[in-house]
Amino acid sequence: MLLSAIQLLLFLSLPPFLLGVINRVKARVAGRTGQPLLQPYFDLWRLLHKGAVYSTTTTWVFRAGPVVGLAAVATAGLLLSFGGAPAMLSFSGDFVLFAYLLGLARFFTALAALDTGSAFEGMGAAREVSFASLAEPALFLCLVVLARATGALSLSQMLGEGLGSAWSTSGPALLLTALALFVVALAENARIPVDDPNTHLELTMIHEVMVLDHSGPDFAFILYGAALKLFLFGALVVRLALGFHFDSPWAALLAFLGGMLVFAVVVGTVESVMARLRLSRVPQMLVGASVLSVFALVLLLR
Amino acid sequence: MSLFLLALGILVAGGFAALLSNRQSATALLLGTGSAALGSLLGLTAAVRALWLGPPAALQASWSAPLAAVRLGLDPLSAFFLVALFALALPASLFGHGYMKKAAAGRPLGPFLLFYNLLLASIALVLAARQAVLFLVAWEVMALTSFLLVVFDHHDPEVRRAGLTYLVASHLGTAFLFFLFLMLGREAGALDFEAFQLLAGKAGLPATLLFGLALVGFGTKAGVVPLHVWLPEAHPAAPSHVSALLSGAMIKVGVYGLLRTLSFLPPAPFAWGVLLAALGAVGAFAAIVLALGQSDVKRALAYSSVENMGIVLLGIGLGLAAAAQGSALGAALSFGGALLHVWNHALMKGLAFLGAGSLAHAAHTRDIEQMGGLLSRLPRTAGLFLLAAVALSALPPLNAFVSEWLLYLGLLEAARSPISATPLAATLALAALALVGAVAAVAFTRLAGLALLGSPRSAGAAHAQEPGPSSWLPMALLGAGCVGLALFPAEALALAAPAIAAVARQPVEALRGLLQGPTRELALPVRAVALGLGATAALLWAWRSRLLGARPPARSETWGCGFTGPTARMQYTGSSYAQLLLSGLVPRLLAPRSRVVLPRGLFPGRSSLASVREDPARRRIFDPLFEAAGARFQALRRLQTGRLHLQLLYTVVTLLALALYLVVRRP
Repeated sequence: MLLSAIQLLLFLSLPPFLLGVINRVKARVAGRTGQPLLQPYFDLWRLLHKGAVYSTTTTWVFRAGPVVGLAAVATAGLLLSFGGAPAMLSFSGDFVLFAYLLGLARFFTALAALDTGSAFEGMGAAREVSFASLAEPALFLCLVVLARATGALSLSQMLGEGLGSAWSTSGPALLLTALALFVVALAENARIPVDDPNTHLELTMIHEVMVLDHSGPDFAFILYGAALKLFLFGALVVRLALGFHFDSPWAALLAFLGGMLVFAVVVGTVESVMARLRLSRVPQMLVGASVLSVFALVLLLR
Repeated sequence: MSLFLLALGILVAGGFAALLSNRQSATALLLGTGSAALGSLLGLTAAVRALWLGPPAALQASWSAPLAAVRLGLDPLSAFFLVALFALALPASLFGHGYMKKAAAGRPLGPFLLFYNLLLASIALVLAARQAVLFLVAWEVMALTSFLLVVFDHHDPEVRRAGLTYLVASHLGTAFLFFLFLMLGREAGALDFEAFQLLAGKAGLPATLLFGLALVGFGTKAGVVPLHVWLPEAHPAAPSHVSALLSGAMIKVGVYGLLRTLSFLPPAPFAWGVLLAALGAVGAFAAIVLALGQSDVKRALAYSSVENMGIVLLGIGLGLAAAAQGSALGAALSFGGALLHVWNHALMKGLAFLGAGSLAHAAHTRDIEQMGGLLSRLPRTAGLFLLAAVALSALPPLNAFVSEWLLYLGLLEAARSPISATPLAATLALAALALVGAVAAVAFTRLAGLALLGSPRSAGAAHAQEPGPSSWLPMALLGAGCVGLALFPAEALALAAPAIAAVARQPVEALRGLLQGPTRELALPVRAVALGLGATAALLWAWRSRLLGARPPARSETWGCGFTGPTARMQYTGSSYAQLLLSGLVPRLLAPRSRVVLPRGLFPGRSSLASVREDPARRRIFDPLFEAAGARFQALRRLQTGRLHLQLLYTVVTLLALALYLVVRRP
């Protein structure tokens, strides 16, 4: 119970820190000092206390978008265990619910973008949902490989005790899956090489352009929701990559947190050494991730 | 059974009463709507009772027509589909009352109301018929009345064209059914379904041929790709509550027919299951991509119906394959998902079509590129349409998520199977289902986003007004059904269990046991997640309001990169929204063909862009086929001169030939 509470608290409090680490890594690689590690928290705090501007064309959908988006991502967090305690909700096929809750968040973010009637935001929404339609099969393929390798049907069990022995029997397949999952995580969270979170040109953006018109608390919800989503995908990758099972839940939790730190550093490094892909290349990368996981499945079936 | 007959009687009598009071439009409408609603309510009660308490005694009566007899029964499979029919028909009929009052524009409504009630009665009769001739008669009445309803706006040449396509497709499909039932009758020695049931054990049955005939015949009605070409033409042409009924209930009769025929045949081999699943998966993907290209909201919804039937077919195929491999759990999950999806789709597509009808009527257009801003003008109707859009994208916490989740579980079950080729195929099908779901989200953010949000793109949309409660209350009823089925999946499955068991050829109790584990496991999380989502969203909303309470939000123009005079035409359009996916990511066959003339040179001349959205199945398969057939049959025209004596000669020659044949065969 205590562990569950701590786990939930970590899930709700750590994600902005993850962004801070990524930003710090990028700054260091570029030879800058970089912003404080806690800057994302300061940003959220500032935004929460700002006023908002609403476009005259918007309806309740525009206001509901950030709220539903954040609520859906936060609820999806209940389905994932972060190493220490088991997940709060766990049942066979819960990963479908996980993926579709993220889909719900995306659905409402896209609708909120369309509600402004702006061509930029329409463009962003179209890109987001179109690329997601390729990322979703890739994510499902990764999870099926996990289900097949561990013989489990729920996220907690797939990433739980069975994973250690699965690594020893079918390591290469799981390695491919982890790689594919990492690519999906980058794409789903609008990171380089798919999207640049720091870009300043509306025409080239995907996720950021969808939320151009949001301000104040709404924008804080969106940023926080994005951080939670990155944390969730990071958790999937880290749990899969860590593999082995810890006897002590505290050790597991510590290992998980260490893993998340490494994940943030890797994401930051990727962002530092890579340029953004051309939009037409993004689908190829996502299809590549799907192909990787199909390969992994073939390895398993061998 | 008597309740069911009473419902049929009320439907037919009410229809004729409406016809007789044709002169007084209001009376006719009241009689027609009242009888349709009452008949649907009674029919729904009868069907639910039959499903819950077990089938009532079958009805048998003689009929003087050759080979025919009246045999009616309400076994679980029939009752299951009757529930979908009547649960949709009740709100659709109520909606039709207000809708037809406006749409009639002084036209007498008697015939329309009669055909509407006859359509309901004939679908019910098809589902309850237990005799081949009765089935075919009801099937034909269903096809003809629905045709007459589709061409209600027959002044519009587009509608006439759609009606003709529908009539031809429907009869070509029926021709296969004649063959099917004749062959079944010859094998069984009788035309009763009871006799057909005994065929399953018969040796030397041409089972594959019978299956093929049923697949083409019933598949045409169910909109199986590529036999779906009539569907996106016919369904949008009809008045909206009829579209809802056609898309929500009538195409399911095709699925019913297929399942019924399968119950006559020996257990399906693995290959049939794979064939159906592949047809379903490919068809669902093709249909949802084609939906993405449509700018007519009702056409897009019709394509989405084809997609959903593809998902149902995928589930049935998967179930057959799992049963053939001896996986009882896999079969139960897949058939459960497929059948539950039938109910879900009836409710959500009914809701979507009713909403689309109201929106189109208010905005005076069906083109989403001419709509926009309707949510602020028709908050209730548009809000309910938005609900349907979320449901049709299979997102939680709404109903289609539950049935798709069951299908995912069925696919996972197959993916864990030890036989080597099955897991790979199942995984690819699972990825296809995920892809279809994600593309559906693109299609429905596009439909809802462009039609309901932003600023109005035409004067009609700008002046749109909310219709009265007679329009949105029936929609709210369907919306409540969507939410209810999502929150109580275990109860819905328990009610449907006898039908699922009949399809899966398992004892009901065993099936209940198999499904109980997963669904009970799901029911709690789904409710918890719905509650958690709702509570979190409410909390966040309250927090946001408090934060903003201190600083009242300002209102301004949408950010336009510094441009201060935005117009509605600068918004993103439907075709641009779909362009990224359609132009590069899907097979070129499914993308709309466009002809672009780019501006060239220092003094560019006229430039243009024309884009044609044709159904590839129609363009590549049926148009060439019909043209070739037309050219061949041209030669026969010489025989048909139109002269009476020649025609008589043909008749005499035919009769003589037949007589000769009989004489020769006799000994």
